[in-house]
Amino acid sequence: MFELLGIPPQALFGQLLLGLINGAFYAMLSLGLAVIFGLLNVINFTHGAQYMMGAFVAWFGLQFLGINYWVALIVSPIVVAISGVILEQLFLKRLYHLDHLYGLLLTFGFVLIFEGMFRYGFGSSGQPYENPLPGGVNLGFMFLPWYRGWVVVASLIICLATWFIIEKTKLGAYLRAGTENPTLVRAFGINVPRMITLTYAFGVGLAAFAGVMAAPIYQVNPTMGSNLIIVVFAVVVIGGMGSIMGSIVTGFGLGVIEGLTKVFYPQASATVIFVIMTIVLLVRPAGLFGTQR
Amino acid sequence: MAEPLLKVAGLQAFYGESHILHGVDFEIREGEVVTLLGRNGVGKTTTLKSVMGVVTQRTGSVRFAGGETIELASNRIARLGIAYCPEERGIFSSLNVEENLMLPPAVKAGGMTVEEIYGLFPNLLERRRSQGTKLSGGEQQMLAIGRILRTGATLLLLDEPTEGLAPVIVQKIGEVLQTLKSRGFTILLVEQNFRFAATFADRHYVMEDGRVIDHLTAGEVEKNIGKLNEYLGV
Repeated sequence: MFELLGIPPQALFGQLLLGLINGAFYAMLSLGLAVIFGLLNVINFTHGAQYMMGAFVAWFGLQFLGINYWVALIVSPIVVAISGVILEQLFLKRLYHLDHLYGLLLTFGFVLIFEGMFRYGFGSSGQPYENPLPGGVNLGFMFLPWYRGWVVVASLIICLATWFIIEKTKLGAYLRAGTENPTLVRAFGINVPRMITLTYAFGVGLAAFAGVMAAPIYQVNPTMGSNLIIVVFAVVVIGGMGSIMGSIVTGFGLGVIEGLTKVFYPQASATVIFVIMTIVLLVRPAGLFGTQR
Repeated sequence: MAEPLLKVAGLQAFYGESHILHGVDFEIREGEVVTLLGRNGVGKTTTLKSVMGVVTQRTGSVRFAGGETIELASNRIARLGIAYCPEERGIFSSLNVEENLMLPPAVKAGGMTVEEIYGLFPNLLERRRSQGTKLSGGEQQMLAIGRILRTGATLLLLDEPTEGLAPVIVQKIGEVLQTLKSRGFTILLVEQNFRFAATFADRHYVMEDGRVIDHLTAGEVEKNIGKLNEYLGV
């Protein structure tokens, strides 16, 4: 079969793995964006910068404080989540009653500020981050580096755990109800403003977690988030805002499609997601898994 | 005599620029069922929402169980033991029936158990895995009432619980409200269907233009029926 297609299996499976890895980041980031948008009514453009900050906190910790990767996986999301709480308390919460556009503009402004600060502080060339899981295993049809396998598995677990919390637990019921009708949920005695703050912290923490996972694969550099976030927004549009599982499936699915495009028609690999986005918008404006509002 | 459970005095409320309530005064003693009557748009719903703190632009005094609540956010007011069933019912479509039922947190001991609530509304037990908004209008109303009985709240604010429902369902809801009254719940009911409310309410307040303009006890209803019909425009 491979001979028929004229493609060596190593190339095919290699790109498939790469696609899954990219998909893992798309899924984790679009998940956070969807949760934040649902409850806060804010399109969090800063998401990519917060992913970048997650990677930088990990890099900084390893470089100067001797904090290793595994500890950074916990610490960095907490640090970035705290910065998110400050952002939400000082700025975002003043915008909830306004149109989405205001939140988008504000968070876009923060992207420019954060990226500028990090470029000023650390340069734009990118910092290497040591692979915590060197080596790999030869599966016969391909070589699987341990770290890449870990990223796919860990991100899947994180995504499914998030899905479980939101769809199957009491906490998630508050979140879903708050997304629909925050006024009523508050009138039942839930401190909705605090729930909103914590939700933002969670979404941002998820972005930082993805950032730490990305650090050993990609260079840690100030624009790593911007390069990713545009694709992630396309993923969100394709999947639709409403559904958590939709974000996960669309994220991984589009990563794989992008990877396969690199094998079969590399020229289109940078645009395939946007072509799909255009088609989906024409056929199902609310996205594949979204519900029309 | 002890202070009433709820005492509203000089309550004014605003939506942005519009001034809706112009000084509402009424009170409810513990264990009473009291209605707010009046035509559409006189401020009945706004009164409930102001008591609950859902309308935030409000002045005057709302004292509940001896404490002033006019400055409190709605989540704090709920924690004092007031529960609210909105006119549009507010069933969450992303939650199933049981999740809707279990959503409001218990604020005090002594609420009804889930079994008791299912006993009151057997339909809900049958459909507990269904999506909340897939229920019929009557079932949604039962769910909206049922879910605030679990919390231990002592004062229930019910906004038009019979609106748009078939007579047999209205009757069922009437029976449930009787049961709740006999269990000691205090109920403030906004109702267009005066004949329905008259069967179990202790007292009635009549509202017009954002004020309470008249007050009748259950015993006075019969001889004032002409005046009431005029108030309500029927």
